[in-house]
Amino acid sequence: MARASRLGGSWQAHLILILGVAIFVFPVFVALMGSTYDVGTIARGEMPLRPGPRAIENYSQAWTSGEGTRVKGAAPVRRMLLNSLIMGLVIATGKITISIISAFAVAFFAFPLRMFFFWMIFITLMLPVEVRIIPTYAVISNLGMLNTYQGLIVPLVASATATLIFRQFFLTVPDELVDAAKIDGAGPMRFFWSILMPLSTTTIAALFVILFIYGWNQYLWPLLITTSKEMNTIVIGITKMIGVGDAQNDWNLIMATAVMAMLPPVVVVVIMQRWFVKGLVESEK
Amino acid sequence: MTKRSIFNNKVLPYVLLAPQLAITIVFFFWPAGQAVAQSLLRQNPFGTRTAFVWFENFAYVLSDDAYLQAVGNTILFSGAVILLAMGSGLLLAVTADKPIRGAGVYKTLLIWPYAVAPAVAASLWLFIFHPTIGILGRALNQVGINWDYTLNGTQALLLVILAAAWKQVSYNFIFFLAGLQSIPRSVLEAASVDGATPRQRFWKVIFPLLSPTTFFLIVVNVIFAFFDTFGVIHSLTRGGPAKATETLIYKVYVDGVVNLDLGGSSAQSVILLLVVITLTAMQFRYIERRVHY
Repeated sequence: MARASRLGGSWQAHLILILGVAIFVFPVFVALMGSTYDVGTIARGEMPLRPGPRAIENYSQAWTSGEGTRVKGAAPVRRMLLNSLIMGLVIATGKITISIISAFAVAFFAFPLRMFFFWMIFITLMLPVEVRIIPTYAVISNLGMLNTYQGLIVPLVASATATLIFRQFFLTVPDELVDAAKIDGAGPMRFFWSILMPLSTTTIAALFVILFIYGWNQYLWPLLITTSKEMNTIVIGITKMIGVGDAQNDWNLIMATAVMAMLPPVVVVVIMQRWFVKGLVESEK
Repeated sequence: MTKRSIFNNKVLPYVLLAPQLAITIVFFFWPAGQAVAQSLLRQNPFGTRTAFVWFENFAYVLSDDAYLQAVGNTILFSGAVILLAMGSGLLLAVTADKPIRGAGVYKTLLIWPYAVAPAVAASLWLFIFHPTIGILGRALNQVGINWDYTLNGTQALLLVILAAAWKQVSYNFIFFLAGLQSIPRSVLEAASVDGATPRQRFWKVIFPLLSPTTFFLIVVNVIFAFFDTFGVIHSLTRGGPAKATETLIYKVYVDGVVNLDLGGSSAQSVILLLVVITLTAMQFRYIERRVHY
């Protein structure tokens, strides 16, 4: 009984949390409302905070053409969403694949220069794209990968963090499992597929959520590498639509695009919340 | 720590490492080396002649008023974002850690902004604080505050701070909550039994025990404020008005990509590289400390 009264109590706690949630939700709510009016209502500053009549028109216009009365030269949202989806999925899958096999090599084999290679991977943590902008751009340009998916994705597919996490996890795999596999005549790749992969599923799922969002939300890299509108990701697309932030912009379309840009990663986080929190907290250990 | 049970293939481990190492060399080490090399070179305006100039680019950058202003902006911006995002994250985490009804629902409702891209967060706040069409921007003007972030540098800085911090609160919330939940309940009960008030319990017991998490989060938040907020600034203010929101990373981009000043931009990159190395080393020390902890 004492516990029950404690559970319901503390209205201050509820107040703080509700206030926090409200501050988080407010801008999204305004964006949702903004995406349901016509350009004129918003430009005159007369947008009320309740749903307007033009939701379907705005979303379908943004989805199929992406161009309004003022915004020209933008790609349709469906095209930009496709680009973001490809980027998120391939980066997440690629990082996980490349990292899990490197971690496997480092953790289960003895070979010359093993720790040297491990440190080489580890040190990339200290070389974010921001500190090597122009030379990396030059490499991509020399390889003819500007405005391609390869250019967008390949340079981001190496992952020190994921390699570290997998290695850390592999080191906890008991030696007896390896010995048993060897006695049963399993080679390394058989051991990898039949024992290591099934053991790693939770780690893979947790990393996938984090890395998908990482790929989806990339900004500086796609900004440098893609100049054609067909290759824009949706996050870049929004900035291009906003331009200098003119009041006469097609804000209804911009807000519809913003809503569609945040929906997929937010849904992934909410649905996979348990894995997401685990992946986030573990990945930083 | 080495595994005792291992496989003895001669070629396979190199094959397994090859993709990661190839990308690392081509897209990380080679460009980073180029950046360091270029920071020591200077090209004439036509790009036809290149001379080795030792640390002249660095001397030039460090004596450039625009660069020093960017340093100041970055410190102000990062400090504000970190205080705001970590303070709110801690407050929400401490509150959500209490045994209250619906704690799980609150948790879900508080973590999703993590998934919003910084540039998208910027577009949402732009729409709210736009001086003529934004709900709050117009309201500010109606009550007599002359609000226009496109003209007023302080207001522009406030807006990018708000958008960047809003997005980052969730991250701190998640880590503070995890940190709080790892504090043994017996310690807290012991404090209560000894007659500690809730305030004393927080500052004398909980907060010190959270210090590893806090330290780690400071490092991560510095990296976020330095680098990941590029999208916020690029889509909201483009560094303006009058460079009031030009941070170090934004200046690297403008000087290198827009103004094509390779030497100066590379020197700035190398300075940022030193910052990252320092931060990573600090983070590493934290990891070591926690192992003993």
